[in-house]
This record gives sequence, structure tokens and C-alpha cells, in this order.
Amino acid sequence: MTAPLLSVRGLRKRFGGLVATDGVDLDVVEGEIHALIGPNGAGKTTLITQLFGELTHDEGAIRLSGEEIGALKTPQRVARGLARTFQINQLLPDFSMLDNVALAVQAHAGHSFRFFADARRDEGLRSRARQHLAAAGLSHRAETKVADLSHGEQKQLEFAIALACEPRLLLLDEPMAGLGHAESEQMVAMLSALKGRVTMLLVEHDMDAVFKLADRISVLVYGRVIATGTAEEIRDNPEVRTAYLGEGDA
Amino acid sequence: MTLVLEQLLNGLQFGVMLFLLAAGLTLIFGIMGVINLAHGSLYMVGAYGAAFVAAQTGSVVLAILGGLAAAAIAGMAMELVVLRRLYARDHLDQVLATFALILIFNQGVTILFGRQPLFVSVPPALNGSVQLLPGLAYPVYRLAIIAVGLLVALGLYLLINRTRIGMLVRAGATHREMVRALGVDIRLLYTAVFGLGALLAGLAGLMAGPILAVQVGMGEQILITTFVVVVIGGVGSIRGAFFGALIVGLVDTSLRAFLPGLLRHAMTGSEADALAAGLSSMGIYLLMAVVLLVRPKGLFPAHV
Amino acid sequence: MSDNTIERAAPAPLAIGTLLATLLLAAALIALPFAMQALGQPALVPLASRVLIYAVAAASLNLALGFGGMVSFGHAAFFGVGGYVVGILYQSYTGDEPFLGLIPGTDQLLITLPAAILVAGLLALVIGALSLRTSGVQFIMITLAFAQMLFFLFVSLKVYGGDDGMTIRRRNALFGLNTRDDATFYFICLAVAAVVFLLFWRIVRSRFGLVLAGIRQNERRMAAIGIAPYRYKLAAFVISGMGAGLAGALMANYMRFVSPDMLHWTKSGELMIMVILGGVGTLLGPLLGAAALVTLETVLTSWTEHWQLVLGPVLLLVVLFTQGGLNGLLARLRPGRSAR
Repeated sequence: MTAPLLSVRGLRKRFGGLVATDGVDLDVVEGEIHALIGPNGAGKTTLITQLFGELTHDEGAIRLSGEEIGALKTPQRVARGLARTFQINQLLPDFSMLDNVALAVQAHAGHSFRFFADARRDEGLRSRARQHLAAAGLSHRAETKVADLSHGEQKQLEFAIALACEPRLLLLDEPMAGLGHAESEQMVAMLSALKGRVTMLLVEHDMDAVFKLADRISVLVYGRVIATGTAEEIRDNPEVRTAYLGEGDA
Repeated sequence: MTLVLEQLLNGLQFGVMLFLLAAGLTLIFGIMGVINLAHGSLYMVGAYGAAFVAAQTGSVVLAILGGLAAAAIAGMAMELVVLRRLYARDHLDQVLATFALILIFNQGVTILFGRQPLFVSVPPALNGSVQLLPGLAYPVYRLAIIAVGLLVALGLYLLINRTRIGMLVRAGATHREMVRALGVDIRLLYTAVFGLGALLAGLAGLMAGPILAVQVGMGEQILITTFVVVVIGGVGSIRGAFFGALIVGLVDTSLRAFLPGLLRHAMTGSEADALAAGLSSMGIYLLMAVVLLVRPKGLFPAHV
Repeated sequence: MSDNTIERAAPAPLAIGTLLATLLLAAALIALPFAMQALGQPALVPLASRVLIYAVAAASLNLALGFGGMVSFGHAAFFGVGGYVVGILYQSYTGDEPFLGLIPGTDQLLITLPAAILVAGLLALVIGALSLRTSGVQFIMITLAFAQMLFFLFVSLKVYGGDDGMTIRRRNALFGLNTRDDATFYFICLAVAAVVFLLFWRIVRSRFGLVLAGIRQNERRMAAIGIAPYRYKLAAFVISGMGAGLAGALMANYMRFVSPDMLHWTKSGELMIMVILGGVGTLLGPLLGAAALVTLETVLTSWTEHWQLVLGPVLLLVVLFTQGGLNGLLARLRPGRSAR
């Protein structure tokens, strides 16, 4: 087996007395969809946030293709191939969908200290952005302002923006949360279509989706990874069962 | 040596005055999330209220009550009419609306009292000075200000850390929804906190009366210094306001006292004085810049 | 932010209507001195110059404040320093004594204006680099405090008049023009204002402008697509300071006088008032706002010395009850069209 794309070792984060991340070890290999599940409050979002550099960890190592990225700021990690979606949408509400995606394309294309040419008439940026919107099934509403979109559309837009960053590793924080049945199905379809091309770390509560998509699953409880394995292995793992039954969460 | 001690006391006295203003400003910001430029106007209203009552009645007690009442009433009215509408707005709206309040207060006071500064005499009971050390006589009135300031600081500490209201204030700063869920009328809490802040500003204003000239614009001058205090101490932190105020008070006073003498060693008298005046006015801002470089969130970045 | 901010959802091509309106405005501004002359009101020409100068200052502030979301309460510092550059260069020129013994003085507008822009820009770089380490309410207080510091600096500089300021006996020279003539000076201001507004119009729509607007809307999102906000904010702050310095240099020429008053914190407040009166984050808003404030001041001071007692409530009402200032009101009077 080749070296993992993402390798996390002994990651720890405390908030005062509370240990949010308690020595997490995690490997994500190139090409897989790796699901991260666990009861509420297990520290899944906190972990994603540390991997993405929005929160600094206290101890431990984060390596991307062998390079230690733990000291880098978020934009530098993005430049090295990380992208994420947010559970609570983080969008530019005054801008259109197309603007939102085009900005990500623009950011990926290099610095933005260009002061004169009209960026909205830059066909290079715009056409790339339209492709990403189309891939997320959003072409028909490209010119709609984000503030006027439904929750489901905003979730899809989050996804399209993340793709426009052309990541090697995509961190997905509950992409299905708050979606209706049909919308969830659509999201699952999009993720499977992408499988193999982009490596994904997927935090998700929807177990059907997780079992459908994930190559491997890690279970996070009280800030620790208690098990990693295939869907069957995780389903049959007694420790996982107690953790879940004990918490009464699924 | 006695000169140094005297200047230290002067710095302490300026510091506690700044604290009275900074405490209100930082509480109001910490709890309601509002930046109130008109906080200096409340200081001015307190000073004018006390000066007016003193001139009319000659009574010190009535003058104090008058100054406090004027500031508290002006503060509550300000909260009810204007600031209440600003809690959910962005800082730009808050700055401009409270800037408008400054214009209104300043012009209103000009119309009522004219442009000439009022002079207020020191209350007879606090007149004179005491011999602190051989060769160091210090005005009783200034010592009284220091005592009042320190007592208020102690009182605020107890209020915030030991009482139910204090608990609500601390909780209100971080968990607005939770406080609401406890069945507390958050609007009432806000008005009360604002009233407290206004009272402290008024207290500072009325105490400043006998030391400084009571005039239009006195509020803004001290307000900007108070901002420096709040930034150095850490926005939203009472403890930061206290130590920040003392630091700024001491630094500002000692620069003004000692810099001209130091510079005179290096250059001629008049040039030294002019340069020293400039440098000492700028001193606290430079201090702020240094603090920002080292600790961008201030010296005591606290939750309240 | 309301709907009439510049970055509307649909990137409509430059509409014929907008183009016509802009041409109409330009024609009106060019015709203004002649019209005033014809109407027998030549005294209004200097007033119009004043509006244009403040419009440049307010538009510059608006770049940081409206488009970048940086509530600077210290732009009077850049405005005032721009003015002092003109004053100091003029004093060195007439006294034939180089500034700091190095830089020769001058009375040439083509040198003083760029010099003012440069100095204000460097100052904005320093103040911005420090202030942008914070955000929100601290940023407001810190920019205010730095401006106050410079105010005290100039008060204490007796060489340059200290408290009393310094007089500039003649306006700067430009080619062979008679800059003393009100109409000539007006056209100089108009030309400068036109260039500044044109530049800002380009900047706001450029890659840089979109990034800036994105940072204003959601800094976390911008970081997540790989953009480090600090340097873009700093660049915008510097450009904004340069514009304010340019306006200050023009103002010094207009008044033939500079004093610490130009750096006073109330001047920062006035610039902010112009921005909000005209409409935050709109291109032509600052021009409207500057016109509104200068007009209000001129009309009211002829009635009462307590004109600020009227300005206060007006400002309060605008902040509390209008959305988007005058520009927003205009936009709502013309349904289906956006204010530009």
C-alpha cells in the first residue's frame, strides 16, 4: 500500500478542562471515501476544523502526502490541495451562485492583485465556474443571488465551491444535513460520481448514505478514534455498538 | 523622590477617572455589542449637572446627586430612544448614530450653558492638602477621587463576581439566548447595565469638575483616551479596563511631567518643551501600538 | 447590506441607461461653472469645488468602509497629512530650505499631488498594518486613536504653525493656468475626481474588488477558498488612504491653508457621514453624500450657528430609518433599476 494522502498522528485539542480531540490517529488513502462517524459531541467538526487549519491543535502531526501541514494557515493548506464544505453554510450572500464559484476558480488561478479588468467578464473564470456549477446540478440558477437560494441549493453550492478549489482531499462536514429525501439522493449520486477522482473525508449522520458511499469508516467517540474498518467490520464491532447504544444516537 | 511620588499619585488619579469611563464603555460593548461614542457625552452631562446644581444651591450633596441623576437619566433616555435600535445593527451604524448623539448633546449644552467653560470649586470639606511625607503635601480632593475610584472598582468586582445580577451580566455577554431562556427580561438587563455605565461616566464627570474646566467637548477628549485604555486592556474586560486605565494614567502623567526635563539635557529649552508636549500627547498611542504588536487582543482578553 | 450595493447578482452588461445617466452627470458637472456664471451666482463655484474634493475623500473612505467592510474612524489622518504635504512643500519652496535638509520644496501641483498620495499611502500602510491585526470595534477605536496621535503631532510641530496651522499664500501652479481662478480650480478638481471615480469603478469590478467584497461578506469563506484576507484588506486600506491624501492636498490648495483641524477626529466623522448619507458601498454615493452635507452645512449655517443641532437628528434618522442613504432612496424611486 502506498503512503496515505492524509495522515494524522496523536492530534490533541483542549478547551480549558474539556478535551475535544484526544490523541486522534487517522489515515486517509488516495482515492477513497473515508467516512467519519460518531455520536453527537464526539468532536467530528472540531477535528475537521483542525485539519483545515481554522483551529490550531495543541499536539500531534497532520501530514498531507508526507508533508507536515500542521503549522500552516488555512489558505496555505488550500494551496496544498485541501478543501472543505461547512455544516453551517459559509457563502457570500450578496453574490450570485456563479460569482461564488468563480471566486474560488479565481483564487485557485493565482493572486488577485489585478485591479483593472472586469472579473465578471473574464470568460476563463466564468466558463470554469459554469462547469463546476453544472457538475453540481446548479446551472439553471447560476445568476441567482445566494441569499435567495433554498437551504438545499446552498448545500449544493458549498459543494460546487469546494470542487472549484480542485482539491486532492475534500473534507465534507455533513453535506446531507437538513436536506430532503430527494436532495439527499442527489448529493449521494454526486459524491459517488466523484469517487476515485477526489479523495474524501466524509462526516455524516445519515448512515444509509455512509454505508452506500464509504470505502472505510472511522468511529470517533469522545475525541478518540475507537475503530477503523470497512462497513461490515464497523457494523459488527462490539465497541462501536456499545458507544452508539450507550449514546442512543445513530 | 517626592516629585516622583506626587506624579505617581496624579497618574493614579487620572487612571481611576479613566477607569470609571472605560468600565462602562467596555461593559456596554461586552454585553450589548454596542460601541457608544456618546459615552463621553454622559461624562459631560454629569459634570454640567453637578456644576449647575452646585451654582444654584451651593450644596455639595445635592450637586453630586444632581450630576449622577442627570447622567443616569440622559443615559437611560439614550438607550431607550436610540441605542436599543442599534443592538442588531453593524458597528458602522452604531458609530454614526452615536456620533449624531454627540452633535446633539454638544449643541444642546452649548445652547443651555454657552461656550464659556464653567469653573467649579472644590467642596469645602475636601479643600486643602495633607502632609503624606515630609515635603509632600497632596490635595485632599485628589486623594478622595482616588479613593472613590478604587471603591467603585472593588464594588464592580463584587457586583460582577458575587451577585445574581453579575452572573446574568457575565452570562448575557456570551449566551444571550440562555439568559433569555432563564426568564430574565434581557431588555431590562440591558437598560440597567446601560444606566450603570452612565452613572459611572457621570460620576467621573462630576468629580472632574473642580480639577478641569467644565466645557463642551470635554467628553470627546477623554473618550478617545478611554478607547486607548479599552484597546490596551482588552475589549469587554473589566479587569483589563482597570489595569489599562492605571497604565495609561501613569504613563500619560509621567511623560508630561518628566519628558521636558529629560529632553532639556539634549536640546534648548523651548524646543525641548514643544517636542516633549508633542511626544507626551502621543505617548499613550505609541504604547497602544506596541501592545497591539505583542498582544493584538489586549493585555487581558477576557469574556467580560 | 441592501440590494443596491454595487455587486448585484446579475452581471448585466453596462446598461444604456446607466451610460446615459453617467454622460448626463458628466455634462452637468462640466457645464456647472458656466451655468453659475450665467445665473449670476459665481460664488457657488468654489462650493462645488469643495463638494468634489470631499467626494474624492469620501469615495476613498468608501472603498475601505463600504466595499471592504473596514470601519475606519481615522481617515482624517490621511486627509490632513495630504494637506500638510502641500503646506510643507510650499513652505520649503518659499523659504528655499529643503524639507529635513533633503527634499527641495515645490509649488507644482503635478509634484505635490503625487507626493501627497505617496506620503498618505505610506502612512496608511503603517497604520493599516497595525490596525488590521484586529477587527470590529477594536479596529474602529484603533484607527481613531492613531489619527488622534497624528493630530497631536501636528499640534506640537511649531515649525509648521502648531495649533494655528500654516498659510499657503498661492495655490500650486499647474502649467500656465491661473489656479487662483475659481472656475479653473473647479475644473482641476473635476478632472481629479473623474480620474478617481473611474479608477474606483474599475477596481470594484476587478478581481481585487471581488475578493474585497467577498472578504466583507464572509472572511471565513474566503480563507476556505485559499485567500489570505489580511494582505487584500491592507492593500485596499492603502489605496483608500492614498485617495484621502489626494483629497487633502486639493483641500489645502482650495483653502490655501492647512491646520490640525484637517486631522481632527470630527473630520473623520464628517467623511463617514458623507459616505452613509450617499449610500454605503455605492460608487456615486459619496458624491451625493458630499453634496448633501456641504449643502446642508451651507444652508443651515446661514440660519443658525447651531447647525449641528439639525445635522445630528438628520444623521440619526438616516442611520436608523433609511437603507442605503440617498442613493438607496433614488433607487427605490426608480423601480427595476439599480443605483449606480
